[in-house]
Amino acid sequence: MPVLECTNLSKSYGPKRALESVNLALEPGRIVGLLGPNGSGKSTLIKLTCGLLTPTAGAIRVCGGAPGPASCAQVSYLPERMAVPGWMSVKELLGFYQDFYADFRRDAAEQMLADLHLEPKQQIRQMSKGNREKAQLILTMSRAAKLYLLDEPIGGVDPATRDYILSTIIANYNPEATVVISTHLIADVEKILDEVVFLREGQLLLHQEVDALREEKGKSVDALFREVFRC
Amino acid sequence: MKWQFSADAPIYTQLVAQIQMYIVSGALPPGERLPSVREFAAEAGVNPNTMQRAMAELEREGLVHSQRTAGRFVTEDRARIQQAKRQCAEEQIQTFLEKMEQLGYTRAEILQLMEQQGKGDG
Repeated sequence: MPVLECTNLSKSYGPKRALESVNLALEPGRIVGLLGPNGSGKSTLIKLTCGLLTPTAGAIRVCGGAPGPASCAQVSYLPERMAVPGWMSVKELLGFYQDFYADFRRDAAEQMLADLHLEPKQQIRQMSKGNREKAQLILTMSRAAKLYLLDEPIGGVDPATRDYILSTIIANYNPEATVVISTHLIADVEKILDEVVFLREGQLLLHQEVDALREEKGKSVDALFREVFRC
Repeated sequence: MKWQFSADAPIYTQLVAQIQMYIVSGALPPGERLPSVREFAAEAGVNPNTMQRAMAELEREGLVHSQRTAGRFVTEDRARIQQAKRQCAEEQIQTFLEKMEQLGYTRAEILQLMEQQGKGDG
């Protein structure tokens, strides 16, 4: 059973069509790159998946049902903008997540905080932009979810941390779970992806396995992206 | 172990080639136990499914074998490793010859140059 299934999924914001008749199925155990230029519908698709938006037309099924409390319990979402209270310390946030999510693995979170040298007593709003992003990513990845939705998880962090984050994603890999990563840093994530989804102006342009794509086109996903979306 | 990937080929074929190189060079000696797919994938910074696919290919080629409970090991068949080494060498020579021919050298000239180079190094 796919963890995410879109059938003729469309979303409009007023007259603006953000997604147009997207048909897409993601199987469990995959790491998926959700790629496309700015305004191509990536975040809209992610927000529809976690039930923050409702479709204008078509259907979306997450872990077998419509988005709702049951699916939210199985979906771990990292928003593109900070969505945790700034006055909380990292330690308070761990408690916050533990209260709200039955699948939260506190020991895993504490290990990652130590690895990235984040001070548990520090308030989120006192942190640098990069450290805030790290803290939020740790919270997101510390849940034992069926579907992870990471909206631009590595944009604001330094390259060494980027490597750590990507290896964390691999180390947390679970054959039952799927990780969707939306990013512009294709070259950095390409090696860890099973498959890529290209969106252009709200339409699904391509959905293929990375190695099949590299074999067929004789070039990297990064090079292909630059070619397809040349300005 | 160092891992490098070029842009123009599938990742799993590059993984196969690099692990094969570690085996024929002895960096991964015969009979050595390999890390789990997940650990190996994390080390190389690649997707676990891609690493799994590379392992399956190496098993098919007879360079590694898995034991149901104990994990995956480099083959102890030294003749098979020698054969793989020979094959790697031939591929390297083939690539080298193609490049030299692009530069306009004949086979005889290439051999002559190599002998001179060999003396220079010795």
